[in-house]
Amino acid sequence: MTHIIETHQLTRKFNGLTAVDNLDITVESGEIFGFLGPNGAGKTTTINMLCTILKPTSGYAKVNGFDIVKDAMNVRRSIGIVFQDPSIDDRLTGRENLYMHANLYGVPPSEQRERIDRILKLVELDDRADDLMRTYSGGMRRRLELGRGLIHYPKVLFLDEPTVGLDPQTRDHIWRYIKELKEAHDITVVLTTHYMDEADRLSDRIGIIDHGKLIALDTPSKLKDTLEGDVITIKAPKIDELSALLAEKLGLTQSRIIDGALEITVKGGKSVMPRVMEATTCNGFFIDSIQLREPNLEDVFLHYTGKNIRADSARELHGFAAIQRRKIR
Amino acid sequence: MTELRGLYTLWLREVKRYLRDRVRIVSSFVQPLLWLVVFGTGIGAALSSGFQIADVSYQTLIFPGIVAQTLLFTAMFMGISVIWDREFGFLKEILVAPVSRFTLFLGKMFGDSTDAMIQGVIVFGIALALGIGFSWQAFLICLPLMLLITIGLVSVGLIIASFMGSLESFGAIQSFINLPLFFLSGALFPINRPGTPQWLQVASQANPLTYGVDALKSVILGNAYAPLQLQPLWVDLAVVGGFDLAMIAIGTWAFSRMK
Repeated sequence: MTHIIETHQLTRKFNGLTAVDNLDITVESGEIFGFLGPNGAGKTTTINMLCTILKPTSGYAKVNGFDIVKDAMNVRRSIGIVFQDPSIDDRLTGRENLYMHANLYGVPPSEQRERIDRILKLVELDDRADDLMRTYSGGMRRRLELGRGLIHYPKVLFLDEPTVGLDPQTRDHIWRYIKELKEAHDITVVLTTHYMDEADRLSDRIGIIDHGKLIALDTPSKLKDTLEGDVITIKAPKIDELSALLAEKLGLTQSRIIDGALEITVKGGKSVMPRVMEATTCNGFFIDSIQLREPNLEDVFLHYTGKNIRADSARELHGFAAIQRRKIR
Repeated sequence: MTELRGLYTLWLREVKRYLRDRVRIVSSFVQPLLWLVVFGTGIGAALSSGFQIADVSYQTLIFPGIVAQTLLFTAMFMGISVIWDREFGFLKEILVAPVSRFTLFLGKMFGDSTDAMIQGVIVFGIALALGIGFSWQAFLICLPLMLLITIGLVSVGLIIASFMGSLESFGAIQSFINLPLFFLSGALFPINRPGTPQWLQVASQANPLTYGVDALKSVILGNAYAPLQLQPLWVDLAVVGGFDLAMIAIGTWAFSRMK
């Protein structure tokens, strides 16, 4: 395996605020690498540095063997990018957008038509290729952008929040495309997201980033294994006293209260559940509901950062951009 | 070669976008028509024999000025398209492309200049319909001349846009750039009459568009314009050309610092 991306002490500051803080990561060739973190954690800033849009304040990084500062042109030729916000010309047709991209990235004219036809089929837009982009739905635009990022055969495809603001069905669709595109083109995919399920479903490895620092890096299953157990969620009145009781009687100290619910991390949750029930009822406590589940990445994130990922703030931004768009017309 | 194809594709985009904007093309007839028909006829009649030269009507006299005005307004408006591109996110797509910023600038600049020139040609069409006289030779000479004038103006628009974050300050362009440059260019009245105040003469001479208007009038009005001519044609061309080169240099710099 070769390192297609490596960063060394990569740092970026904005007016004294450190957005990315001494980041050291390596991405292996051919994997889907998921960059997971809340909004403002430094994911997009990192991507922007790797895409040569931003210069690092200190440290350095290499993409496809090229330095992102000294050899920016070669880095640009090696990568494809799908930005968080739409970046297509909606007064051109889908096909025209692809031709323009091919010309900007130096795809030989003799190959352009064939590549574009194939990409359009791959993202299932061949029947709409000659319609203006402004008539496309959000999901269709996204698919075209995904396809566009591949026309010049990049070594690495960067996807910055590829499904933000899309409905669940479309997200599912996009995920399938990303997997297919990766297989068909044998490329490395670097994905940022604050959707846990997205990172879990797609990534070979996940780097969790918060406050600009890398706090965990492994495969999704190993990350979940680090929690060593299942999660019991209890909703009840007098939740604080209940928490203290369970810690005292059953030694369940791995717990925290989130949104008024008690979450306990335990080994062998199925055998612990009855004892929890017994202890509560015997001591005169009343329980509204109790639930047992396997840990997910959300729990992993909580474990490392001590807080929930804020899942919805990006969507508002998207809505605002949409309003802006309407105003302009 | 890659750079050339990048330049071509950016040029093509601007022209396609323009040609698809039917509302803009139709509305582009309105302003010059108002200036020539209403303003030109009205003021011309009021002045009657004021500064009329030989057998040139006021309407004919301001026609080259209205061509220049159309180039100016369109060029500024097109230049601002960079802000549109930024708001729509499209700017990112071209900023990360493996193409030099010089090429990006030239591609957009020539694309927008082409659009402005089409608008200029439309004004010639209007003049023809109104019976404002000009020779076909003059028209053909005016084509490269219009391009020369437009390049500098579009570049100014692009430079301003590259520094402006949003469309909110768009109105300011109209008040601080378009109208002053237009009024001080000699498009509507001669600026070298004995009665013209000193400050107006100095301000007009500092305006690069003045030389473009002077050149257009020299070509379109021919000998009849000789008594009002500010500079020999070659001086006008040198000033406009020099302005173009300076603006292309600044524009490339402005684009290379854009993120």
